[in-house]
Amino acid sequence: MKLSKMSALAVTTALCAPSAFAEEMANELTLVSWGGAYQASQHKAYVEPYLAQNPDVKIIWDESSAEAVAKIRAMNEAGNVTWDLVDAVASDSMRLCDEGLAEEIDHDEVLAAAPDGTPASEDFGDLIVSDCFVPQIVYSTTFGYRTDLIDQPDSVCAIFDTEKYPGKRSLQKRPIDNMEWALYCDGVAKDEIYDVLGTDEGVDQALAKLDTIKDQVVWWTAGAETPQLLADGEVVMGSTFNGRLFSAIAEQNQPIGMLWDMQSFDLDGWVIPAGLPADRKARVMDFLKFATDTQRLADQAAYISYGPARASSAPLVGKHAELGIEMAPHMPTDPANAGNVHTYDYEWWADNRDDLDAKFQAWLAK
Amino acid sequence: MSDITQSGPVLAADGRPLKRSLARALRMQKIRALMLIAPLLLFVLLTFILPIADMLFRSVENRIVQDTLPQTVVAVQDWDADSGEAPPDAVYEALAYDLVVAAERKQHTRVGTRLNYETPGISSLFRKAGRRVDEVGEGYLKQFAALDPAWGEPQTFMSVFADPEWLASRAGAGDEPPFQLSETAHDALPKASGAYMNFARTIQEEDNDSPAEEEPWAPVYMALHSDLAANPQAAQAFSGDAQRLLQEAAALIESGQMETESARDAFVKMDKDWADPEVWRTLKTYAGKYTNGYFLNAADLQKSPDGPELRPEDERIYGTLFLRTLIMSLAITCSCIVLGYPVAWILANLPSRTANMLMILVLLPFWTSLLVRTSAWKVMLQQQGVINDTLVWLGLVSDSDRLVMINNQFGTIVAMTHILLPFMILPMYSVMQTINPTYLRAAKSLGATNWTAFWRVYFPQSVPGIGAGSILVFILAIGYYITPELVGGTKGVFISNRIAFHISQSLNWGLAAALGTILLVIVLALYWAYDKIVGIDNVKLG
Repeated sequence: MKLSKMSALAVTTALCAPSAFAEEMANELTLVSWGGAYQASQHKAYVEPYLAQNPDVKIIWDESSAEAVAKIRAMNEAGNVTWDLVDAVASDSMRLCDEGLAEEIDHDEVLAAAPDGTPASEDFGDLIVSDCFVPQIVYSTTFGYRTDLIDQPDSVCAIFDTEKYPGKRSLQKRPIDNMEWALYCDGVAKDEIYDVLGTDEGVDQALAKLDTIKDQVVWWTAGAETPQLLADGEVVMGSTFNGRLFSAIAEQNQPIGMLWDMQSFDLDGWVIPAGLPADRKARVMDFLKFATDTQRLADQAAYISYGPARASSAPLVGKHAELGIEMAPHMPTDPANAGNVHTYDYEWWADNRDDLDAKFQAWLAK
Repeated sequence: MSDITQSGPVLAADGRPLKRSLARALRMQKIRALMLIAPLLLFVLLTFILPIADMLFRSVENRIVQDTLPQTVVAVQDWDADSGEAPPDAVYEALAYDLVVAAERKQHTRVGTRLNYETPGISSLFRKAGRRVDEVGEGYLKQFAALDPAWGEPQTFMSVFADPEWLASRAGAGDEPPFQLSETAHDALPKASGAYMNFARTIQEEDNDSPAEEEPWAPVYMALHSDLAANPQAAQAFSGDAQRLLQEAAALIESGQMETESARDAFVKMDKDWADPEVWRTLKTYAGKYTNGYFLNAADLQKSPDGPELRPEDERIYGTLFLRTLIMSLAITCSCIVLGYPVAWILANLPSRTANMLMILVLLPFWTSLLVRTSAWKVMLQQQGVINDTLVWLGLVSDSDRLVMINNQFGTIVAMTHILLPFMILPMYSVMQTINPTYLRAAKSLGATNWTAFWRVYFPQSVPGIGAGSILVFILAIGYYITPELVGGTKGVFISNRIAFHISQSLNWGLAAALGTILLVIVLALYWAYDKIVGIDNVKLG
């Protein structure tokens, strides 16, 4: 009885004042991110300033980005989406967009233009890899090595050279990136990697190359593992996200060096789950416009060494908020670091991920 | 007494037969008992059994192909997959009709993902096709529009296809009712009606637009061409402008002046793999509402023209993992018995004050976070860890070849034994507490040695505790995944790690459900075997 009265009231309000209803914004915003230093950088760079402007708003963090696609799919099936804005890697954003689980966005309409008036779609440029994706940062998966235990390597192929660089290595427990590095170091030209990997022989070739170091590899699944393994001296070199290595090197003063050669670029950004009610969506749009403007993205770089996704933010990147060191040389996009990069093919992996993963796991278990 | 012998059935005080009265009382008692447990039963049913059943059902469910591509699935049935050739044009046409709707509803990539599990590459075929399928038949659209500009008007299609009653009802205020076809159109132009109906309903539902204001997408024109070519007299069924327009179009088609366009070519132009019979074989094989494909995959099998066959060796993984999970869970259970038995014995035989103190020591790790305990084992076991450092310091191993104790099966067994030990000790302890110490004394007083007294008198009485502990530990171990993930490396991971991977990373929920079902069946089979061999009555939890 009470419920029906309430809904009747809601309906009348909606009918009487449709325009006012659409303008109304929810006061709660659930953001989903990765936790750790990265989420902290988002909190300081966008959330705190936003809360200062909108004191009524309450922001709730959820640290579930690693399982974002699975959870959004489950929420969607259950018809109860509790998240408002989700931080996801580019490939996940494409999967969400493909499945209709994420909202498509008109970037120029929703996002702020650059200070000089360049529309958002040009400012972000090619980094808008999907219609549902608002890029925030460019990060890379690259290698760190112990400066005191091995000589300075100058090529990614050092991971396959156990004679010159003895000791264990850590690699991510998945075929992505590892297969490409293996082929590259087996003499395949950079622009032919995916053609070769598309054949059965190419897969065998990559796995055979990885076989040469298989008993020297510690496989990781969480980004924090490699810095820890390096710090403990368990491994002499290992791959992880460049921001993790930066904090081990610059903030914790570990004897670790960066090996930028053949770093694998990837993107991380915001995705809006499909089917939000109008008031929540209005709040999300308001926050999104604020959080992805030129200054905010540049501010984030003061807390973590990931490159801002806007071209117009790059010149504004300054010093680390606490350490006071210049951040630009630690960005994966810095010209000195980006001499030889590996360009990750999203489309190719979307097709072949399941198949290669089965082969990779079978190879691991052998 | 004499009353009873006279009148057959025994009567209760109220005059009814005693048997019925008794049955009634018992039934009432049963109902009352059932009512008492009803809340729990309902709770378990709603929160546990139904979700699990739903999840397990996904292991055979395959509606998505049929639901998203209904016409294609029907059309492709007539095609012989072994012919070595791509299907005829009609199948591609059906695909265009289905896909244009699916793309608008954003369902096409879900089918692509589903079929990609079976044949890599299909995912991008569907993704690309979804972007361009509304161009299939564009040649017809242009030719129709060139013939008469009225073909570019939404109203023309309304007058041909819409049900007059629906047209009248939509004149009213408020939301437009779902589009209805006229019977005339349905009979005279079957394909085009279907295509137009799909178009109208889709834009109503997806975009909240009215078909009266939107020009239909190109495949509708292709369907119209197809209908008019098959039945040039179709126009007779209509009247007025509609009849004239259709007659003109039919005449043009009959005269051979309308350029035809092949749907197959349109798809092959998007991606040459659309001509690959393998793609179509996959679609045909997985067209049913239910599939055993996930279960075959979970058993390292795959479908082939001659029935299920083993996957290529470099893709077989689940058999190994199931076997490994069972063997390692057994090893963990055994080491828990060996380590836990003496502890439980001491606990049961100490004065209760000391026993309680020791009990806290057993329970303390139990209250510590699982992740913390697992991480602690990393610190202990790794090559630069506490144990290796101590051994090197003692000179027992040289610095250059430190022991490898983690990221392998050894690490998993050690860490999981530690984590599951309380589940072994507690049931053992509660059983041992009930064993009367006088039995042992009696045995000894009759001349038994310590060993004989233990083995012949004490141990048999403690077996129910071992049984209970073993079942608990084994069943918990078989489903563990966090600890193996963290310390298992490549050789120490369990089947549950793959299940978790398919749930949260690859999103192949069907395969995850199939693996989970197999695991459940294995556990139930083992439980049954245990009951047959040891007897479940011999298990005591306290």
